Amino acid sequence: MIPVEHVLGLSAILFLIGTVGALTRRNIIVLLMCIELMLNAASLAFVGFNRLWPVKEAGATVSALNGQVFVLMVIVVATAEVAVGLGIVISLFRNRDSMNVEDVSLLKW
Amino acid sequence: MTIEVALFYVFALVAVLGALGLLLNFRNLVAGAICLVATMVSLGAIYVLLGAYFLAAVQIMVYAGAIVVVFLFVIMLLNIRTDVFTPSQQLLFKIFGILIAGFVLFQFLTAIAGGLPAFPTTPDGFGGYRDIAGALFARGDAREGTQVVGDFILPFEIASLLLLAAIVGSVVLAKRRLE
Amino acid sequence: MLTGVIVKIAFVFAMIMGLFAPLMTWVERKQSAVMQDRIGANRADIAGITLLGLLHPLTDVIKLITKEDVVPLGANRLLHLISPLLAVVPALISFAVIPFGGTYQLGEGTYNLVVADCDWGVLYLFAIGSIAAYGTILSGWASNNNWSLLGSLRGSAQMISYEVCMGLSLVGVMMVFGTLKLSEMSHAQDTTFRLLGFLELFGWVSVLPWWVDWIRVPNWGIFLQPLGCIMFLTAIMAENKRPPFDQPEGESEIIAGYFTEYSGMRFGLFYTAEFVEVVVIAGIMTAIFLGGWSIPYLSTQTIIDGVSSVIGTSIATILCIVLHVLTFWIKVCFMIWVQMGLRWLLPRFRYDQLMDLCWKNMLPLSLANIVVTALILLWIDGMAR
Repeated sequence: MIPVEHVLGLSAILFLIGTVGALTRRNIIVLLMCIELMLNAASLAFVGFNRLWPVKEAGATVSALNGQVFVLMVIVVATAEVAVGLGIVISLFRNRDSMNVEDVSLLKW
Repeated sequence: MTIEVALFYVFALVAVLGALGLLLNFRNLVAGAICLVATMVSLGAIYVLLGAYFLAAVQIMVYAGAIVVVFLFVIMLLNIRTDVFTPSQQLLFKIFGILIAGFVLFQFLTAIAGGLPAFPTTPDGFGGYRDIAGALFARGDAREGTQVVGDFILPFEIASLLLLAAIVGSVVLAKRRLE
Repeated sequence: MLTGVIVKIAFVFAMIMGLFAPLMTWVERKQSAVMQDRIGANRADIAGITLLGLLHPLTDVIKLITKEDVVPLGANRLLHLISPLLAVVPALISFAVIPFGGTYQLGEGTYNLVVADCDWGVLYLFAIGSIAAYGTILSGWASNNNWSLLGSLRGSAQMISYEVCMGLSLVGVMMVFGTLKLSEMSHAQDTTFRLLGFLELFGWVSVLPWWVDWIRVPNWGIFLQPLGCIMFLTAIMAENKRPPFDQPEGESEIIAGYFTEYSGMRFGLFYTAEFVEVVVIAGIMTAIFLGGWSIPYLSTQTIIDGVSSVIGTSIATILCIVLHVLTFWIKVCFMIWVQMGLRWLLPRFRYDQLMDLCWKNMLPLSLANIVVTALILLWIDGMAR
């Protein structure tokens, strides 16, 4: 039996790396990849919790899949985000010829 | 230590190394993406070890097989040979990043220190959505596979709408203007 | 348990790498020669004995191993090294879930002739198939060659697109058999069904002549899901990037596509991956659509019941195992022949035609297939109740 605390620890480490990457890297594509990493870390925590709580309440016979369904939704959202995000990246590159987020500051005040 | 637990630590190590490779690789975008693939695939393996087989397959199929491939496709389409490595000018962001990292670490440690409860304390089935779904649609039977379309039918349908919106949005964004 | 798995892995590996992969090069040359009215490969000889050109695979291997291994200037050495491996490994491991025989009771033990009997076998195939795209993509990128880059761009777009159609065209079969487990799918195809049996649901059974019961068809995926079968074969052949879907390779346009800069055994690995994938495709098609290891009109129980009184149950079971494994590989050979024939029959698609076929024709058709299959299943379910 894998200790759930260690699964959560791995999830926290991956989330930290993703956060630091998303906040410090300047390349838009790397930024998107780091956001994917953060979503993955959250998914891992959900799967760990699903493992920890296989049933909803004491004595229940139907196994709970809430955590896994959450992950399914996370994956759907991540897919949608990447599709739109990369569309933005392509049109941005066409217009600005740059991958650097600091070059895209038209709406910044 | 059973073989299962040992495999978990091996894949966890690969996942962390892959994530670090993505974070610290400033020169080569493609290598960063490959590091991300290593993380995704080892997370899929960890899902198998945790008994979430369907999610493991979906994880590898969608993340490693589709999302990162699309990332690589865009990198090649735009032909970015080397990364534009400009160190961040804003010290504020770095401090903010470290603060958030500390906050997450703190949250994690307090959650672990208190010990995890034996049963979930949060509301069941995405909060109140379950009741709405139950009112709107007939409940599915209790078999595990049908739970997605039983309890979670409303989020499930909303997800499909989200995907549709994303398809239309990305086509509109990426297509060249035809005058 | 463990020894059984090792024996099964060794058997599958020996069949694919030892028998099929080398023979495929010969079959491809020989079949193209027959189809183009040539004599074909017949020059390689040992002391004048050519064995119908069967020595050519041997000379191929010697040539590939002894050739100079060139890494182009400016290439990413590590990615250039690992991308042939990324191409060949997914092809090899995807055979793990394909059953080459059924489940047998022999004495005390139960023997299951599939390496890994996953509940999510079909999903495993999709997952491994999507990993296979990396070999194509990385090899083009790592070569530092514009033609290679073009090839891998084409390859990645093609593989992502056809993955969608491949998954959707199999949903119908999953619904019909009600499982994702390939061994259960094969087992469900070990029977026959009455071709006109659905008329019973209308309550017409009294007006039907008695001999209608005898018009029976094997319960194979190809008869239950003909459209799904054709679309799946198309999509998975496009995944394999062989003609007529060899856009990423396109010799007449972009030299040799994504493996232009590969030589020696690294190039050989790409070629091996392609041939192994042909065998894997044949295996998947056999297991899902062509009845797997089952013999048409002769179910396992019939064989055992028929001959066990003469030779005993255990020998009858062993006979069954031998017959089933033989049937499986014969069907695989047939599917390989079909793929080779299609390779030489059809000209290469233009790139926009390739994408049109996927997104404008096959995607709507496969969605329609899912809806119609679901409606029919619901209808039969309601009628039978």
